[in-house]
Amino acid sequence: MKSIIIIPAYNEEENIGKVVRDVCKVNPEDDILVVNDGSSDRTGLTVKEIQKAKLINLPYNLGIGGAVQAGFKYAMGLNYDLVTRMDGDGQHQASEIKRIKEPVLKGEADVSIGSRFLDIASPKSILGRRIGQKLIGLITSLVSGQKITDATSGFRCYNKKALALLTKFYPSDYPEPEEIIFLKKNKFKVRETGVLMKERKGGTSSLNVIKSIYYAIKVSLSIFINILRTPLIK
Amino acid sequence: MPFFQILSILGSISITLILIELVKSRRLKESYSLLWFAIAFVFLVFSVWRDLLELLAKALGIGYAPAALFLILIIGLYLVSLHYSVVISRLSERTKNLNQEIGILNLKIRKLEEEKKD
Repeated sequence: MKSIIIIPAYNEEENIGKVVRDVCKVNPEDDILVVNDGSSDRTGLTVKEIQKAKLINLPYNLGIGGAVQAGFKYAMGLNYDLVTRMDGDGQHQASEIKRIKEPVLKGEADVSIGSRFLDIASPKSILGRRIGQKLIGLITSLVSGQKITDATSGFRCYNKKALALLTKFYPSDYPEPEEIIFLKKNKFKVRETGVLMKERKGGTSSLNVIKSIYYAIKVSLSIFINILRTPLIK
Repeated sequence: MPFFQILSILGSISITLILIELVKSRRLKESYSLLWFAIAFVFLVFSVWRDLLELLAKALGIGYAPAALFLILIIGLYLVSLHYSVVISRLSERTKNLNQEIGILNLKIRKLEEEKKD
């Protein structure tokens, strides 16, 4: 079984080296791909030094969705059976990859999502962000008809069937909640697994106040539009 | 025929001629010129047939006829802008795909070059 771990990274020079080396150490059997989303810092150069890591340098910044999709396209082209996606900022732990993969490997789910609000107590993030996360989780649950505790989590594992669909259609920015609704609409089995997540170390989060407001409006609109869309897979 | 009417007929015709010239010299694609031609044609119709505006205003219940003209103009411009937003969305989707493809190809080329060196 060919398995690859995709890490989208935008200006993550402080964290990306450790994240990639951890993954190499803990999951030596997996291939690892970093999608450098047009970073202006040394993200690409840092990854280049790590022998085992494959590196896609996007010519300009596409946003998280475009970067992830580039990784999906690469994985699809090389016929990978299992794709795991994790963040490059150190929130997601290499040691948890096994846990995320399990439901997909067992065939219990097409897509497995790591949740910071399930089973395992992860350190709490700041109140504002936590409220936002919970709220988006609530809306996503209502619309998708399945209880989702951590809709914004970018720690996910996909089987080939899910990969094939998402390679073709993937939202451009802040794609996580929309992806769940899109997958559920197309009758994919989505399953959450509790994982330990850390607070981000160095670097800055991609969300500030104005972006958060944009995020909230954009996600709500996407969710609403997704309700109206007809499924692509019958 | 009043002077203003002659002026507006001439204006509509010149707009049409400018459009034709732009398309002829390939600075404007045919597909994107259609909406503009339609608007120029509407201008011409209203210039030639002056009572049309009055009739239209009456039919719409607009007391002040020129207001009907503004309404038509705003709707026309709105449609053109909307059309461009659709075009821009399509273009950004395409450049995104190209961007991703370039990134993937670069990785593959680097790998081939490394294999060649070994």
